[in-house]
Amino acid sequence: MDEEIDTRKINNSFLRDHNYATEADIISTVEFNPTGELLATGDKGGRVVVFQREQESKNQPHRRGEYNVYSTFQSHEPEFDYLKSLEIEEKINKIRWLPQQNAAYFLLSTNDKTVKLWKVSERDKRPEGYNLKDEEGRIRDPTTITALRILLQPMDLMVEATPRRVFSNAHTYHINSISVNSDYETYMSTDDLRINLWNLEITNRSFNIVDIKPANMEMLTEVITAAEFQPSQCNTFVYSSSKGSIRLCDMRASALCDNHSKLFEEPEDPSNRSFFSEIISSISDVKFSHSGRYLMTRDYLTVKVWDLNMESKPLETYQVHDYLRSKLCSLYENDCIFDKFECVWNGSDSVIMTGSYNNFFRMFDRNTKRDVTLEASRENSKPRAILKPRKVCVGGKRRKDEISVDSLDFSKKILHSAWHPSENIIAVAATNNLYIFQDKVN
Amino acid sequence: MNQSSFISGADGDDSLYPIAVLIDELRNEDVQLRLNSIKKLSTIALALGVERTRTELLPFLTDTIYDEDEVLLALAEQLGNFTMLVGGPEYVHCLLPPLESLATVEETVVRDKAVESLRKISQEHSPVDLEVHFEPLVKRLASGDWFTSRTSACGLFSVCYPRVSSTVKAEIRQHFRTLCSDDTPMVRRAAASKLGEFAKVLELDYVKSDIISLFTALASDEQDSVRLLAVEACVSIASLLPQEDLETLVMPTLRQAAEDKSWRVRYMVADKFSELQKAVGPEITKNDLVPAFQNLLKDCEAEVRSAAAKKIKEFCENLPEDSRETIIMTHILSCVKELVSDTSQHVKSALASVIMGLSTILGKDNTVEHLLPLFLAQLKDECPEVRLNIISNLDCVNEVIGIRQLSQSLLPAIVELAEDAKWRVRLAIIEYMPLLAGQLGVEFFDEKLNTLCMAWLIDHVYAIREAATCNLMKLVEKFGAEWAQNTIVPKVLGMANDPNYLHRMTTLFCINSLSEACGQDITTKHMLPVVLKMSNDQVANVRFNVAKSLQKIGPVLDSNALQTEVKPVLEKLATDTDMDVKYFAQEAIRVLALA
Repeated sequence: MDEEIDTRKINNSFLRDHNYATEADIISTVEFNPTGELLATGDKGGRVVVFQREQESKNQPHRRGEYNVYSTFQSHEPEFDYLKSLEIEEKINKIRWLPQQNAAYFLLSTNDKTVKLWKVSERDKRPEGYNLKDEEGRIRDPTTITALRILLQPMDLMVEATPRRVFSNAHTYHINSISVNSDYETYMSTDDLRINLWNLEITNRSFNIVDIKPANMEMLTEVITAAEFQPSQCNTFVYSSSKGSIRLCDMRASALCDNHSKLFEEPEDPSNRSFFSEIISSISDVKFSHSGRYLMTRDYLTVKVWDLNMESKPLETYQVHDYLRSKLCSLYENDCIFDKFECVWNGSDSVIMTGSYNNFFRMFDRNTKRDVTLEASRENSKPRAILKPRKVCVGGKRRKDEISVDSLDFSKKILHSAWHPSENIIAVAATNNLYIFQDKVN
Repeated sequence: MNQSSFISGADGDDSLYPIAVLIDELRNEDVQLRLNSIKKLSTIALALGVERTRTELLPFLTDTIYDEDEVLLALAEQLGNFTMLVGGPEYVHCLLPPLESLATVEETVVRDKAVESLRKISQEHSPVDLEVHFEPLVKRLASGDWFTSRTSACGLFSVCYPRVSSTVKAEIRQHFRTLCSDDTPMVRRAAASKLGEFAKVLELDYVKSDIISLFTALASDEQDSVRLLAVEACVSIASLLPQEDLETLVMPTLRQAAEDKSWRVRYMVADKFSELQKAVGPEITKNDLVPAFQNLLKDCEAEVRSAAAKKIKEFCENLPEDSRETIIMTHILSCVKELVSDTSQHVKSALASVIMGLSTILGKDNTVEHLLPLFLAQLKDECPEVRLNIISNLDCVNEVIGIRQLSQSLLPAIVELAEDAKWRVRLAIIEYMPLLAGQLGVEFFDEKLNTLCMAWLIDHVYAIREAATCNLMKLVEKFGAEWAQNTIVPKVLGMANDPNYLHRMTTLFCINSLSEACGQDITTKHMLPVVLKMSNDQVANVRFNVAKSLQKIGPVLDSNALQTEVKPVLEKLATDTDMDVKYFAQEAIRVLALA
């Protein structure tokens, strides 16, 4: 499949050098818009950067596919909740684009508590020829005003981002996902224990559709880790839990969806049971396929594909980095075992991609069952170079080009990535760097 | 002559300046200034004259759609009243370009306002202009790239359809049909919500051939939000069709909606039930809607049950007279009985707000036999809102069977609400006291409720004490001054010696509101001495309230009492050490003109 992936440079200004990178620059989410023309990233500093794809040009055909910065804005600011004595980080947890409704673009961005709707729009005219001021801006003598002028003049294109709505005060716990409904009228926001449903135009009211908070918090055994709407059926959504199960709910059945209509769960293999079983089975991401037929879930070591019609076990299970199974103890000690990796489908649902450590990311072709490990790093990938598959060797003799498990860098992790909705272009966030790879052109 | 024209010329020059300010402010950085200026748009247009308004102002406005929503909203509204300012109906089409761009912005309120203004000015177009200018705009919007423009188009078809030629009519129908099957749910929703309105202006044949098929398609749309809007359209369509066509053209869809898999659609059916009932007529109601209504009352989703419960009274009232009682007794009552013990308090409280209304429909005997037990059960409900809803509707029962039947259960319910831990519940019951007093009569009231009313005067929440004083006034208006003198006044005045200064102040507040209702005699003889005595209170708050009370009851007193009793006390308070006491005493002296 995409082993001959061509790497391209993205906007240089955004590739900041590791040495100068601060915590705030770490990318926390990546998302293409529904057409793939735009790509948005959010970072720990609360900023959103929107990239736009270069238009086709005769002079520089290879530039097609290159994404350049279109707009950068501060979406969230750090806040302090005085009632609970709690700091609210500005980190952008998720970005979701809305379907385009006019010449402007809209996206939802969220931190732990507040979802915001942003409008990114272009302006190319400005008012000119004031009546009270002359061309140099000097105030005119009122008695000399004998004619009235009212004019707009073309100017250089300016892209502005304006906050359109702020949806706040509805979440007691940390928001982990947002998902826009196919009715284009509502979206849901999910925290550790509850899911709320919002109308995109109403900010002062939301409806609670799932609440798993036990009456006594000491009885708490499970939290919600992610949730998503079915891409075409407005009444269906799924949410995943820290216990490795996925629940599918039907909003037609009742207003409060506490009773799921399907529960996807794989029985645990008793022979593999260990202290870490529960931690590594926690689902960090759940995604519907574009067709709506399949679900993909990511847990610590695997990525699984489920058929909506089969609840008892996954259709396919792919090992992401099985070689870490023997290292769980040290991964527990350095907290890496709690890392939340995301997973994505390609446009035709035939390939899936998810991240690993050492700036490695994995791709699995569902038809050929081939898989590949690739690396996103500045040292190994020059602009327009071809990505070489990487291999991790487990014990024994290490061959040339292979890397030993013990020398993996666990601080370089690829948690967030995105796949263009129709083409083979992927965006991979490696700490503070964003890499965009695409199929070799010609 | 010469001189006057010179003056008007100078005036003309001067008057340009304020307009120049307004025009510049249209482009100011400050939103508020822009907003102010846009609200005076007609002044600007007037100053520019019709010609320049058309050639300069309108093109400028067409380009301002980058502005804030509130500015755009004001603009969209203004343009609806702009016809004269562009030169009258002859030139009204000049307003279309700015409104067209406003009809495509993403903010729904702005778009809706632009559509509203477009609908308004469509009436000012001549039939020719409508076809030459307006209809092409509708077409452009209807085939726009973005769904915002297509949703706006949905609201414009019905205003131009009746006034265009038959070829254009055919085009409009075609456009509407296309939008009903648009790719995006927003456009289908907009089309569904305008379906009824559009059907009304269509020729009946086209209603049958076009609208029904669109209606059926929208009512089985995959999106819940579209299907539920089709229910609304059902009302208008059903009222357009002759009775004999309803069964085949509308009822299958309505039946399907009432049993839709999605509770939101069923909720919509329940919510629109009375309108549907009127639209389909008595025969279909008897055969179809009664069982459908029963199902909605038994729905598995509480939201649906409570929407249906709210409609019980209206539904029963609108049943055909000949079979009304039979239908209620055999079909509806059993459902109502179940709802009384529903698991959801929202359902019970929705029921409680209408259930009393059934007694007037069913008459005395049925009420005593069947409804009374239900009222009593609801009066004992654990949820205060349910009890309150029953109590607030006692008047309907009173007319039919008299309230005495209920009093045995009523009293404990009232007492319990009166002592509820939530002050808002206490407040709500206080507000029903005058009504209850009127229905129960003075004897019953004195015996059972009087103590409650007095107890509220010393409630620890101010809002309750305030409501309680107001309540006393209303009671006195009902039962008369003599009753007040015997039962209320002594108790109120007794509180003047209470060790708690808040209670002493309550005495003053009561006097404020009672004096007028009690009249001069009681006020002078009984209340005034107490007020005057309180002017020596050690708490300043009490003293300045004495001054305020004296100001309040002054007009009720005769001038003798004012001069000999009130005046000296106010004069003394006017020299009080406390600033507020001084102020209010002086204020009272001034108002009562005692200086």
